[in-house]
Amino acid sequence: MTNSTLSDRRGIRLGYRANLVGLSALGVIFLWVVVALFAPHMIPHSVGEIVDTDYFGPMSRDLWFGSDYLGRDIFSRILMGARYTLGISLAAVSIACFAGVALGMTAAVAGGWLDTLLSRFLDALNSIPSKLFGLVVVAAVGSSIPALIGTLAVIYIPGAYRFARALSVNVNTMDFMVVARIRGERLPYLIASEILPNILGPVLADLGLRFVFIVLLLSGLSFLGLGVQPPYADWGALVRENIGGLPFGAPAVILPSLAIASLTISVNLLIDNLPTRIRDRSVE
Amino acid sequence: MRKQVSSLVIRRLLIALITLVIVSFAVFFATALLPGDTATILLGQSATPEAIEGLRNAMHLNDPAILRFLRWIGGLFRGDFGTSYANNVPIADLIRGRFANTMKLAGLTAAVSVPLALTLGITAAIWRGTLYDRFVTVATIGIISVPEFMIATLAVLLFAVYLRWLPALSLTNEIKSFHDLLRVYAMPVVTLTFGVSAQMIRMTRAAVVETLNTPYVEMALLKGASRSRLVLKHALPNALGPIVNSVALSLSYLLGGVIIVETIFNYPGIAKLMVDAVSTRDLPLIQTCAMIFCVGYLFLITAADIIAVLSNPRLR
Repeated sequence: MTNSTLSDRRGIRLGYRANLVGLSALGVIFLWVVVALFAPHMIPHSVGEIVDTDYFGPMSRDLWFGSDYLGRDIFSRILMGARYTLGISLAAVSIACFAGVALGMTAAVAGGWLDTLLSRFLDALNSIPSKLFGLVVVAAVGSSIPALIGTLAVIYIPGAYRFARALSVNVNTMDFMVVARIRGERLPYLIASEILPNILGPVLADLGLRFVFIVLLLSGLSFLGLGVQPPYADWGALVRENIGGLPFGAPAVILPSLAIASLTISVNLLIDNLPTRIRDRSVE
Repeated sequence: MRKQVSSLVIRRLLIALITLVIVSFAVFFATALLPGDTATILLGQSATPEAIEGLRNAMHLNDPAILRFLRWIGGLFRGDFGTSYANNVPIADLIRGRFANTMKLAGLTAAVSVPLALTLGITAAIWRGTLYDRFVTVATIGIISVPEFMIATLAVLLFAVYLRWLPALSLTNEIKSFHDLLRVYAMPVVTLTFGVSAQMIRMTRAAVVETLNTPYVEMALLKGASRSRLVLKHALPNALGPIVNSVALSLSYLLGGVIIVETIFNYPGIAKLMVDAVSTRDLPLIQTCAMIFCVGYLFLITAADIIAVLSNPRLR
Protein backbone atom coordinates (compact mmCIF):
# COMPACT_ATOMS: atom_id res chain seq x y z
CA MET A 1 0.00 0.00 0.00
CA THR A 2 2.83 2.36 0.88
CA ASN A 3 4.57 1.47 -2.34
CA SER A 4 1.62 2.28 -4.53
CA THR A 5 1.03 5.72 -2.94
CA LEU A 6 4.71 6.49 -3.28
CA SER A 7 4.91 5.64 -6.95
CA ASP A 8 1.70 7.59 -7.61
CA ARG A 9 3.26 10.62 -5.99
CA ARG A 10 6.42 10.24 -8.00
CA GLY A 11 4.34 10.18 -11.16
CA ILE A 12 2.75 13.48 -10.23
CA ARG A 13 6.09 15.02 -9.32
CA LEU A 14 7.41 14.56 -12.84
CA GLY A 15 4.65 16.87 -13.95
CA TYR A 16 6.08 19.82 -12.01
CA ARG A 17 7.62 22.63 -13.99
CA ALA A 18 11.37 22.21 -14.06
CA ASN A 19 13.36 25.15 -12.75
CA LEU A 20 16.66 26.10 -14.38
CA VAL A 21 18.52 26.97 -11.14
CA GLY A 22 17.23 23.83 -9.47
CA LEU A 23 18.26 21.68 -12.41
CA SER A 24 21.78 23.07 -12.61
CA ALA A 25 22.15 22.60 -8.84
CA LEU A 26 21.01 19.00 -9.32
CA GLY A 27 23.60 18.69 -12.10
CA VAL A 28 26.45 19.77 -9.80
CA ILE A 29 25.31 17.37 -7.07
CA PHE A 30 25.05 14.53 -9.60
CA LEU A 31 28.56 15.33 -10.85
CA TRP A 32 30.01 15.07 -7.33
CA VAL A 33 28.17 11.81 -6.70
CA VAL A 34 29.66 10.35 -9.91
CA VAL A 35 33.10 11.61 -8.86
CA ALA A 36 32.72 10.07 -5.40
CA LEU A 37 31.69 6.73 -6.90
CA PHE A 38 34.31 6.45 -9.62
CA ALA A 39 37.18 8.56 -8.24
CA PRO A 40 39.79 5.74 -8.25
CA HIS A 41 39.28 5.35 -12.01
CA MET A 42 39.29 9.08 -12.73
CA ILE A 43 42.37 10.38 -10.95
CA PRO A 44 45.27 11.25 -13.27
CA HIS A 45 47.91 10.69 -10.55
CA SER A 46 48.03 8.49 -7.47
CA VAL A 47 47.04 10.50 -4.37
CA GLY A 48 50.22 9.65 -2.48
CA GLU A 49 52.64 10.11 -5.36
CA ILE A 50 54.87 13.18 -5.39
CA VAL A 51 54.64 14.44 -8.96
CA ASP A 52 55.90 18.02 -8.69
CA THR A 53 59.43 19.00 -7.68
CA ASP A 54 58.05 22.25 -6.33
CA TYR A 55 55.47 22.55 -3.55
CA PHE A 56 52.32 24.68 -3.83
CA GLY A 57 52.82 24.64 -7.58
CA PRO A 58 50.49 26.70 -9.78
CA MET A 59 47.88 25.31 -12.16
CA SER A 60 49.48 23.78 -15.23
CA ARG A 61 48.59 21.54 -18.14
CA ASP A 62 49.81 18.43 -16.36
CA LEU A 63 48.65 19.33 -12.83
CA TRP A 64 45.29 20.95 -13.45
CA PHE A 65 44.83 22.32 -9.94
CA GLY A 66 48.49 22.66 -9.01
CA SER A 67 50.36 20.70 -6.35
CA ASP A 68 50.06 20.54 -2.57
CA TYR A 69 52.52 21.11 0.26
CA LEU A 70 54.45 17.94 -0.64
CA GLY A 71 54.15 18.31 -4.39
CA ARG A 72 51.25 15.88 -4.79
CA ASP A 73 48.55 16.41 -7.41
CA ILE A 74 45.74 18.36 -5.77
CA PHE A 75 43.20 17.56 -8.50
CA SER A 76 43.46 13.84 -7.75
CA ARG A 77 43.33 14.52 -4.03
CA ILE A 78 40.14 16.57 -4.38
CA LEU A 79 38.50 13.81 -6.45
CA MET A 80 39.40 11.23 -3.83
CA GLY A 81 38.42 13.62 -1.03
CA ALA A 82 34.90 13.69 -2.47
CA ARG A 83 34.55 10.07 -1.35
CA TYR A 84 35.21 10.95 2.29
CA THR A 85 33.24 14.19 2.41
CA LEU A 86 30.20 12.79 0.58
CA GLY A 87 30.40 9.29 1.99
CA ILE A 88 30.73 10.20 5.67
CA SER A 89 28.14 12.98 5.44
CA LEU A 90 25.65 10.80 3.59
CA ALA A 91 26.03 7.95 6.05
CA ALA A 92 25.68 10.31 9.01
CA VAL A 93 22.67 12.15 7.62
CA SER A 94 20.92 8.87 6.80
CA ILE A 95 21.36 7.59 10.34
CA ALA A 96 20.40 10.94 11.89
CA CYS A 97 17.26 11.33 9.81
CA PHE A 98 16.18 7.72 10.09
CA ALA A 99 16.52 7.73 13.87
CA GLY A 100 15.19 11.27 14.29
CA VAL A 101 12.14 10.75 12.08
CA ALA A 102 11.31 7.35 13.57
CA LEU A 103 11.53 8.76 17.11
CA GLY A 104 9.63 11.91 16.13
CA MET A 105 6.73 9.96 14.61
CA THR A 106 6.64 7.60 17.57
CA ALA A 107 6.58 10.49 20.04
CA ALA A 108 3.80 12.26 18.14
CA VAL A 109 1.62 9.14 17.82
CA ALA A 110 2.29 7.71 21.29
CA GLY A 111 2.12 11.04 23.12
CA GLY A 112 2.09 11.09 26.91
CA TRP A 113 5.18 10.68 29.05
CA LEU A 114 7.23 9.11 26.23
CA ASP A 115 6.73 12.25 24.18
CA THR A 116 7.56 14.59 27.08
CA LEU A 117 10.64 12.64 28.08
CA LEU A 118 12.04 12.32 24.56
CA SER A 119 11.34 15.95 23.72
CA ARG A 120 12.95 17.28 26.91
CA PHE A 121 16.03 15.12 26.48
CA LEU A 122 16.57 15.78 22.77
CA ASP A 123 15.88 19.52 23.18
CA ALA A 124 18.59 19.59 25.81
CA LEU A 125 21.03 17.91 23.41
CA ASN A 126 19.97 20.44 20.82
CA SER A 127 21.11 23.27 23.06
CA ILE A 128 24.75 22.21 22.84
CA PRO A 129 26.38 24.10 19.97
CA SER A 130 27.07 21.50 17.27
CA LYS A 131 30.73 22.31 16.73
CA LEU A 132 31.38 22.12 20.46
CA PHE A 133 29.49 18.84 20.73
CA GLY A 134 31.69 17.52 17.92
CA LEU A 135 34.87 18.64 19.69
CA VAL A 136 33.90 17.03 23.00
CA VAL A 137 32.80 13.72 21.48
CA VAL A 138 35.79 13.50 19.16
CA ALA A 139 38.03 14.11 22.18
CA ALA A 140 36.31 11.20 23.88
CA VAL A 141 35.91 8.57 21.17
CA GLY A 142 38.62 9.58 18.72
CA SER A 143 38.28 10.38 15.04
CA SER A 144 38.17 7.08 13.22
CA ILE A 145 35.72 7.20 10.32
CA PRO A 146 32.97 5.11 12.01
CA ALA A 147 33.32 7.28 15.15
CA LEU A 148 32.97 10.42 13.02
CA ILE A 149 29.84 9.08 11.33
CA GLY A 150 28.34 8.19 14.71
CA THR A 151 29.20 11.55 16.24
CA LEU A 152 27.78 13.56 13.35
CA ALA A 153 24.62 11.43 13.36
CA VAL A 154 24.05 11.88 17.10
CA ILE A 155 24.55 15.64 16.83
CA TYR A 156 21.82 15.98 14.20
CA ILE A 157 19.26 13.50 15.56
CA PRO A 158 17.58 16.12 17.83
CA GLY A 159 16.98 18.50 14.92
CA ALA A 160 15.50 15.77 12.71
CA TYR A 161 13.37 14.60 15.64
CA ARG A 162 11.98 18.06 16.32
CA PHE A 163 11.10 18.62 12.68
CA ALA A 164 9.46 15.22 12.15
CA ARG A 165 7.56 15.47 15.43
CA ALA A 166 6.12 18.89 14.55
CA LEU A 167 4.89 17.57 11.19
CA SER A 168 3.56 14.31 12.65
CA VAL A 169 1.60 16.11 15.37
CA ASN A 170 -0.36 17.86 12.61
CA VAL A 171 -1.02 14.65 10.70
CA ASN A 172 -1.95 12.92 13.94
CA THR A 173 -5.06 15.11 14.33
CA MET A 174 -6.49 14.11 10.93
CA ASP A 175 -9.63 12.04 10.61
CA PHE A 176 -7.90 9.13 8.87
CA MET A 177 -5.73 8.71 11.96
CA VAL A 178 -8.83 8.44 14.13
CA VAL A 179 -10.26 5.87 11.72
CA ALA A 180 -7.05 3.87 11.72
CA ARG A 181 -6.98 3.93 15.52
CA ILE A 182 -10.58 2.75 15.71
CA ARG A 183 -9.72 -0.05 13.28
CA GLY A 184 -7.27 -1.13 15.97
CA GLU A 185 -4.07 -0.53 14.05
CA ARG A 186 -0.86 -0.73 16.05
CA LEU A 187 1.93 1.81 16.39
CA PRO A 188 4.27 0.43 13.66
CA TYR A 189 1.45 0.45 11.10
CA LEU A 190 0.27 3.94 12.09
CA ILE A 191 3.79 5.29 11.73
CA ALA A 192 4.81 3.55 8.53
CA SER A 193 1.57 3.65 6.57
CA GLU A 194 -0.39 6.64 7.82
CA ILE A 195 2.11 9.25 9.03
CA LEU A 196 5.22 8.66 6.93
CA PRO A 197 3.67 9.00 3.44
CA ASN A 198 2.16 12.31 4.53
CA ILE A 199 5.35 13.89 5.78
CA LEU A 200 7.80 12.37 3.31
CA GLY A 201 8.28 15.44 1.08
CA PRO A 202 9.26 17.92 3.81
CA VAL A 203 11.30 15.25 5.57
CA LEU A 204 13.38 14.69 2.42
CA ALA A 205 13.90 18.44 2.04
CA ASP A 206 14.96 18.57 5.68
CA LEU A 207 17.38 15.71 5.02
CA GLY A 208 19.01 17.84 2.33
CA LEU A 209 19.44 20.81 4.68
CA ARG A 210 20.83 18.58 7.41
CA PHE A 211 23.25 17.09 4.86
CA VAL A 212 24.62 20.60 4.29
CA PHE A 213 25.04 21.15 8.04
CA ILE A 214 26.87 17.86 8.35
CA VAL A 215 29.19 18.58 5.41
CA LEU A 216 30.03 21.95 7.00
CA LEU A 217 30.60 20.47 10.46
CA LEU A 218 32.71 17.60 9.11
CA SER A 219 34.82 20.02 7.09
CA GLY A 220 35.16 22.25 10.15
CA LEU A 221 36.31 19.36 12.33
CA SER A 222 38.74 18.16 9.66
CA PHE A 223 39.99 21.70 9.30
CA LEU A 224 40.73 21.77 13.03
CA GLY A 225 42.63 18.50 12.59
CA LEU A 226 40.04 16.50 14.53
CA GLY A 227 38.11 15.00 11.63
CA VAL A 228 39.34 12.62 8.95
CA GLN A 229 42.94 11.65 9.75
CA PRO A 230 45.88 11.12 7.38
CA PRO A 231 46.57 9.22 5.15
CA TYR A 232 42.93 9.80 4.21
CA ALA A 233 41.85 13.35 3.50
CA ASP A 234 38.44 14.89 2.98
CA TRP A 235 38.05 18.41 1.62
CA GLY A 236 38.34 20.07 5.03
CA ALA A 237 41.55 18.15 5.76
CA LEU A 238 42.94 19.21 2.36
CA VAL A 239 42.44 22.88 3.31
CA ARG A 240 44.15 22.25 6.65
CA GLU A 241 47.22 20.51 5.27
CA ASN A 242 47.72 23.17 2.64
CA ILE A 243 46.97 26.22 4.80
CA GLY A 244 50.69 27.07 4.64
CA GLY A 245 50.19 27.94 0.99
CA LEU A 246 47.82 30.77 1.85
CA PRO A 247 50.48 33.53 1.78
CA PHE A 248 51.33 32.46 -1.80
CA GLY A 249 47.70 32.28 -2.84
CA ALA A 250 48.24 28.62 -3.78
CA PRO A 251 45.34 26.90 -5.58
CA ALA A 252 45.83 23.98 -3.17
CA VAL A 253 44.17 26.01 -0.37
CA ILE A 254 41.41 27.61 -2.38
CA LEU A 255 40.16 24.80 -4.59
CA PRO A 256 39.20 22.29 -1.87
CA SER A 257 37.13 25.01 -0.16
CA LEU A 258 35.53 25.82 -3.50
CA ALA A 259 34.65 22.13 -3.84
CA ILE A 260 32.85 22.26 -0.47
CA ALA A 261 31.09 25.48 -1.43
CA SER A 262 29.95 24.09 -4.79
CA LEU A 263 28.38 21.09 -3.08
CA THR A 264 26.69 22.90 -0.18
CA ILE A 265 25.44 25.84 -2.23
CA SER A 266 24.02 23.42 -4.83
CA VAL A 267 22.12 21.43 -2.23
CA ASN A 268 20.71 24.63 -0.71
CA LEU A 269 19.70 25.98 -4.11
CA LEU A 270 18.10 22.67 -5.09
CA ILE A 271 15.99 22.66 -1.93
CA ASP A 272 15.07 26.33 -2.35
CA ASN A 273 13.89 25.61 -5.88
CA LEU A 274 11.94 22.45 -5.15
CA PRO A 275 8.28 22.82 -6.06
CA THR A 276 6.61 24.21 -2.93
CA ARG A 277 4.08 21.41 -2.92
CA ILE A 278 6.83 18.89 -2.25
CA ARG A 279 8.74 21.08 0.17
CA ASP A 280 5.98 22.47 2.35
CA ARG A 281 3.35 19.80 2.05
CA SER A 282 2.86 19.36 5.75
CA VAL A 283 -0.79 18.39 5.58
CA GLU A 284 -2.67 17.73 2.39
CA MET B 1 -2.64 39.01 32.22
CA ARG B 2 0.61 40.11 33.81
CA LYS B 3 0.62 36.92 35.85
CA GLN B 4 0.50 34.88 32.66
CA VAL B 5 3.65 36.54 31.37
CA SER B 6 5.62 35.99 34.55
CA SER B 7 4.54 32.37 34.75
CA LEU B 8 5.63 31.85 31.13
CA VAL B 9 8.99 33.44 31.83
CA ILE B 10 9.51 31.41 35.00
CA ARG B 11 8.57 28.27 33.11
CA ARG B 12 11.14 29.09 30.43
CA LEU B 13 13.82 29.70 33.04
CA LEU B 14 13.02 26.37 34.70
CA ILE B 15 13.33 24.59 31.37
CA ALA B 16 16.71 26.28 30.86
CA LEU B 17 17.82 25.03 34.25
CA ILE B 18 16.75 21.44 33.53
CA THR B 19 18.47 21.66 30.16
CA LEU B 20 21.65 22.85 31.84
CA VAL B 21 21.64 19.83 34.13
CA ILE B 22 21.15 17.43 31.20
CA VAL B 23 23.86 19.22 29.21
CA SER B 24 26.38 19.07 32.04
CA PHE B 25 25.56 15.37 32.38
CA ALA B 26 26.19 14.89 28.65
CA VAL B 27 29.47 16.83 28.73
CA PHE B 28 30.74 14.95 31.76
CA PHE B 29 29.89 11.50 30.49
CA ALA B 30 31.08 12.15 26.95
CA THR B 31 34.49 13.01 28.35
CA ALA B 32 34.33 10.13 30.82
CA LEU B 33 34.12 7.80 27.81
CA LEU B 34 37.71 8.64 26.99
CA PRO B 35 39.66 5.41 26.53
CA GLY B 36 42.80 5.01 28.60
CA ASP B 37 43.30 5.56 32.28
CA THR B 38 44.01 9.11 33.37
CA ALA B 39 46.44 8.07 36.07
CA THR B 40 48.45 5.95 33.61
CA ILE B 41 48.54 8.82 31.14
CA LEU B 42 49.75 11.26 33.81
CA LEU B 43 52.46 9.02 35.22
CA GLY B 44 53.63 7.57 31.92
CA GLN B 45 54.21 3.98 30.84
CA SER B 46 57.02 3.27 33.30
CA ALA B 47 55.03 3.98 36.48
CA THR B 48 54.64 1.16 39.00
CA PRO B 49 51.14 -0.26 39.52
CA GLU B 50 51.29 0.94 43.16
CA ALA B 51 51.98 4.52 42.11
CA ILE B 52 49.11 4.43 39.61
CA GLU B 53 46.79 2.98 42.23
CA GLY B 54 47.85 5.70 44.68
CA LEU B 55 47.21 8.46 42.20
CA ARG B 56 43.88 6.93 41.25
CA ASN B 57 42.84 7.05 44.89
CA ALA B 58 44.16 10.59 45.35
CA MET B 59 42.20 11.79 42.28
CA HIS B 60 39.06 9.88 43.38
CA LEU B 61 39.13 8.02 40.06
CA ASN B 62 37.97 4.82 41.75
CA ASP B 63 34.73 6.41 42.89
CA PRO B 64 31.55 5.69 40.96
CA ALA B 65 30.97 8.04 38.02
CA ILE B 66 27.94 9.67 39.60
CA LEU B 67 29.97 10.73 42.67
CA ARG B 68 32.68 12.20 40.47
CA PHE B 69 30.00 14.01 38.50
CA LEU B 70 28.49 15.55 41.65
CA ARG B 71 31.93 16.55 42.93
CA TRP B 72 32.70 18.19 39.59
CA ILE B 73 29.41 20.11 39.51
CA GLY B 74 29.89 21.19 43.13
CA GLY B 75 33.35 22.47 42.22
CA LEU B 76 31.97 24.47 39.30
CA PHE B 77 29.50 26.21 41.62
CA ARG B 78 32.24 27.17 44.07
CA GLY B 79 34.38 28.47 41.21
CA ASP B 80 36.81 25.58 41.55
CA PHE B 81 37.30 24.34 37.99
CA GLY B 82 39.96 21.78 38.82
CA THR B 83 43.51 21.48 37.55
CA SER B 84 44.67 21.09 33.98
CA TYR B 85 46.25 17.67 33.32
CA ALA B 86 48.63 18.97 30.71
CA ASN B 87 50.59 21.53 32.74
CA ASN B 88 49.19 21.24 36.26
CA VAL B 89 47.94 24.82 36.40
CA PRO B 90 44.56 25.67 38.00
CA ILE B 91 42.06 25.98 35.17
CA ALA B 92 40.67 29.21 36.58
CA ASP B 93 44.06 30.86 35.96
CA LEU B 94 44.24 29.53 32.40
CA ILE B 95 40.78 30.72 31.58
CA ARG B 96 40.62 34.19 33.15
CA GLY B 97 42.54 36.20 30.56
CA ARG B 98 41.35 34.15 27.63
CA PHE B 99 37.73 34.51 28.57
CA ALA B 100 38.11 38.30 28.49
CA ASN B 101 39.76 38.03 25.06
CA THR B 102 36.92 35.96 23.65
CA MET B 103 34.32 38.32 25.11
CA LYS B 104 36.15 41.27 23.51
CA LEU B 105 36.07 39.53 20.14
CA ALA B 106 32.40 38.62 20.52
CA GLY B 107 31.46 42.11 21.73
CA LEU B 108 33.23 43.83 18.84
CA THR B 109 31.61 41.47 16.35
CA ALA B 110 28.19 42.14 17.83
CA ALA B 111 28.80 45.90 17.75
CA VAL B 112 29.64 45.72 14.04
CA SER B 113 27.20 43.09 12.84
CA VAL B 114 23.98 44.06 14.65
CA PRO B 115 23.59 47.55 13.08
CA LEU B 116 24.83 46.26 9.73
CA ALA B 117 22.52 43.26 9.63
CA LEU B 118 19.45 45.17 10.85
CA THR B 119 19.94 47.84 8.20
CA LEU B 120 20.39 45.31 5.40
CA GLY B 121 17.61 43.04 6.62
CA ILE B 122 15.02 45.77 7.08
CA THR B 123 15.83 47.55 3.81
CA ALA B 124 15.75 44.25 1.92
CA ALA B 125 12.30 43.59 3.37
CA ILE B 126 11.04 47.07 2.43
CA TRP B 127 12.26 46.79 -1.14
CA ARG B 128 11.34 43.16 -1.39
CA GLY B 129 11.42 41.68 -4.86
CA THR B 130 13.83 44.30 -6.20
CA LEU B 131 17.29 43.58 -7.53
CA TYR B 132 18.76 44.78 -4.22
CA ASP B 133 16.65 42.31 -2.25
CA ARG B 134 17.61 39.46 -4.59
CA PHE B 135 21.27 40.32 -4.22
CA VAL B 136 21.08 40.38 -0.40
CA THR B 137 19.15 37.10 -0.32
CA VAL B 138 21.54 35.28 -2.64
CA ALA B 139 24.59 36.64 -0.82
CA THR B 140 23.29 35.52 2.58
CA ILE B 141 22.42 32.03 1.28
CA GLY B 142 25.90 31.81 -0.19
CA ILE B 143 27.57 32.82 3.08
CA ILE B 144 25.47 30.46 5.16
CA SER B 145 26.28 27.53 2.85
CA VAL B 146 30.07 27.79 3.05
CA PRO B 147 32.28 26.78 5.97
CA GLU B 148 33.63 29.57 8.22
CA PHE B 149 37.20 28.63 7.47
CA MET B 150 36.55 29.38 3.81
CA ILE B 151 35.39 32.92 4.62
CA ALA B 152 38.43 33.29 6.85
CA THR B 153 40.89 32.02 4.24
CA LEU B 154 39.34 34.21 1.54
CA ALA B 155 39.55 37.21 3.89
CA VAL B 156 43.22 36.51 4.58
CA LEU B 157 43.86 36.07 0.88
CA LEU B 158 42.16 39.35 0.02
CA PHE B 159 43.22 41.66 2.85
CA ALA B 160 46.58 40.21 3.93
CA VAL B 161 47.99 38.62 0.76
CA TYR B 162 46.75 40.70 -2.17
CA LEU B 163 45.97 44.07 -0.58
CA ARG B 164 48.47 43.78 2.31
CA TRP B 165 46.30 45.93 4.57
CA LEU B 166 46.21 43.64 7.58
CA PRO B 167 48.35 41.03 9.31
CA ALA B 168 47.16 37.43 9.04
CA LEU B 169 47.73 36.61 12.73
CA SER B 170 46.41 38.08 15.97
CA LEU B 171 49.01 39.09 18.53
CA THR B 172 47.04 40.83 21.24
CA ASN B 173 50.01 41.68 23.44
CA GLU B 174 51.41 44.06 20.86
CA ILE B 175 48.59 46.55 21.03
CA LYS B 176 49.90 50.03 21.71
CA SER B 177 47.52 52.33 19.86
CA PHE B 178 44.05 52.39 18.40
CA HIS B 179 45.56 51.69 15.01
CA ASP B 180 47.14 48.46 16.30
CA LEU B 181 43.84 47.45 17.85
CA LEU B 182 42.12 47.91 14.54
CA ARG B 183 44.73 45.88 12.71
CA VAL B 184 44.67 42.99 15.18
CA TYR B 185 40.93 42.63 15.48
CA ALA B 186 39.93 43.49 11.92
CA MET B 187 40.34 40.04 10.36
CA PRO B 188 38.67 37.89 13.03
CA VAL B 189 35.86 40.42 13.41
CA VAL B 190 35.30 40.67 9.64
CA THR B 191 35.14 36.88 9.32
CA LEU B 192 32.75 36.45 12.23
CA THR B 193 30.63 39.38 11.09
CA PHE B 194 29.99 37.70 7.75
CA GLY B 195 28.57 34.57 9.32
CA VAL B 196 26.58 36.26 12.10
CA SER B 197 25.17 38.96 9.83
CA ALA B 198 24.05 36.50 7.18
CA GLN B 199 21.91 34.67 9.74
CA MET B 200 20.59 37.88 11.22
CA ILE B 201 19.74 39.44 7.87
CA ARG B 202 17.70 36.41 6.85
CA MET B 203 15.71 36.31 10.08
CA THR B 204 15.20 40.08 10.25
CA ARG B 205 14.01 40.19 6.66
CA ALA B 206 11.58 37.34 7.30
CA ALA B 207 10.21 39.07 10.43
CA VAL B 208 9.64 42.42 8.69
CA VAL B 209 8.16 40.80 5.56
CA GLU B 210 5.70 38.92 7.75
CA THR B 211 4.59 42.14 9.45
CA LEU B 212 4.31 43.98 6.14
CA ASN B 213 1.88 41.29 4.95
CA THR B 214 -0.62 41.96 7.76
CA PRO B 215 -3.99 43.64 7.08
CA TYR B 216 -3.31 46.74 9.19
CA VAL B 217 -0.26 47.60 7.11
CA GLU B 218 -2.37 47.25 4.00
CA MET B 219 -4.90 49.55 5.69
CA ALA B 220 -2.18 52.14 6.30
CA LEU B 221 -1.15 51.85 2.67
CA LEU B 222 -4.74 52.36 1.53
CA LYS B 223 -5.22 55.43 3.69
CA GLY B 224 -2.25 56.96 1.89
CA ALA B 225 0.60 56.74 4.41
CA SER B 226 4.03 57.27 2.91
CA ARG B 227 6.36 54.32 2.56
CA SER B 228 8.73 55.43 5.33
CA ARG B 229 5.80 56.13 7.68
CA LEU B 230 4.33 52.75 6.79
CA VAL B 231 7.49 50.95 7.78
CA LEU B 232 8.74 53.06 10.67
CA LYS B 233 5.43 53.89 12.43
CA HIS B 234 3.24 50.92 11.58
CA ALA B 235 5.30 47.83 10.81
CA LEU B 236 8.53 48.19 12.75
CA PRO B 237 7.16 48.51 16.31
CA ASN B 238 5.34 45.21 15.84
CA ALA B 239 8.28 43.50 14.19
CA LEU B 240 10.62 44.60 16.99
CA GLY B 241 10.03 41.51 19.15
CA PRO B 242 10.82 38.99 16.40
CA ILE B 243 13.81 41.10 15.34
CA VAL B 244 15.36 41.18 18.82
CA ASN B 245 14.63 37.46 19.06
CA SER B 246 16.52 36.87 15.82
CA VAL B 247 19.44 39.01 17.01
CA ALA B 248 19.82 36.85 20.13
CA LEU B 249 19.56 33.65 18.09
CA SER B 250 22.11 34.81 15.52
CA LEU B 251 24.56 35.82 18.23
CA SER B 252 24.51 32.22 19.43
CA TYR B 253 26.08 31.42 16.06
CA LEU B 254 29.12 33.34 17.32
CA LEU B 255 29.88 30.48 19.71
CA GLY B 256 30.41 28.07 16.83
CA GLY B 257 32.17 30.67 14.72
CA VAL B 258 34.81 31.63 17.29
CA ILE B 259 36.07 28.04 17.44
CA ILE B 260 37.21 28.21 13.81
CA VAL B 261 38.16 31.87 13.80
CA GLU B 262 40.31 31.77 16.94
CA THR B 263 42.14 28.74 15.58
CA ILE B 264 42.79 30.12 12.12
CA PHE B 265 43.96 33.54 13.34
CA ASN B 266 45.75 32.10 16.36
CA TYR B 267 43.71 34.35 18.63
CA PRO B 268 44.32 33.65 22.34
CA GLY B 269 40.73 32.98 23.43
CA ILE B 270 38.71 30.27 25.14
CA ALA B 271 37.91 28.43 21.92
CA LYS B 272 41.57 28.13 20.92
CA LEU B 273 42.30 26.88 24.43
CA MET B 274 39.62 24.24 24.06
CA VAL B 275 40.78 23.05 20.63
CA ASP B 276 44.30 22.71 22.03
CA ALA B 277 42.89 20.86 25.05
CA VAL B 278 41.15 18.42 22.72
CA SER B 279 44.38 17.63 20.90
CA THR B 280 46.24 17.09 24.20
CA ARG B 281 43.19 15.31 25.69
CA ASP B 282 43.20 17.56 28.72
CA LEU B 283 39.87 16.44 30.20
CA PRO B 284 39.13 18.96 32.98
CA LEU B 285 39.99 21.81 30.66
CA ILE B 286 37.71 20.45 27.90
CA GLN B 287 34.87 20.02 30.40
CA THR B 288 35.18 23.55 31.77
CA CYS B 289 35.46 25.19 28.34
CA ALA B 290 32.51 23.15 27.07
CA MET B 291 30.42 24.23 30.04
CA ILE B 292 31.28 27.91 29.47
CA PHE B 293 30.17 27.60 25.86
CA CYS B 294 26.98 25.73 26.73
CA VAL B 295 26.01 28.25 29.40
CA GLY B 296 26.59 31.10 26.94
CA TYR B 297 24.55 29.39 24.26
CA LEU B 298 21.75 28.46 26.62
CA PHE B 299 21.68 32.04 27.96
CA LEU B 300 21.26 33.46 24.46
CA ILE B 301 18.53 31.08 23.30
CA THR B 302 16.65 31.47 26.59
CA ALA B 303 16.92 35.25 26.29
CA ALA B 304 15.58 34.99 22.73
CA ASP B 305 12.59 32.97 23.92
CA ILE B 306 11.82 35.31 26.82
CA ILE B 307 12.02 38.36 24.54
CA ALA B 308 9.60 36.65 22.18
CA VAL B 309 7.15 36.15 25.07
CA LEU B 310 7.55 39.68 26.41
CA SER B 311 7.14 41.31 23.02
CA ASN B 312 3.85 39.59 22.31
CA PRO B 313 1.25 42.26 23.09
CA ARG B 314 -1.50 39.68 23.46
CA LEU B 315 0.25 38.35 26.54
CA ARG B 316 1.07 41.69 28.09
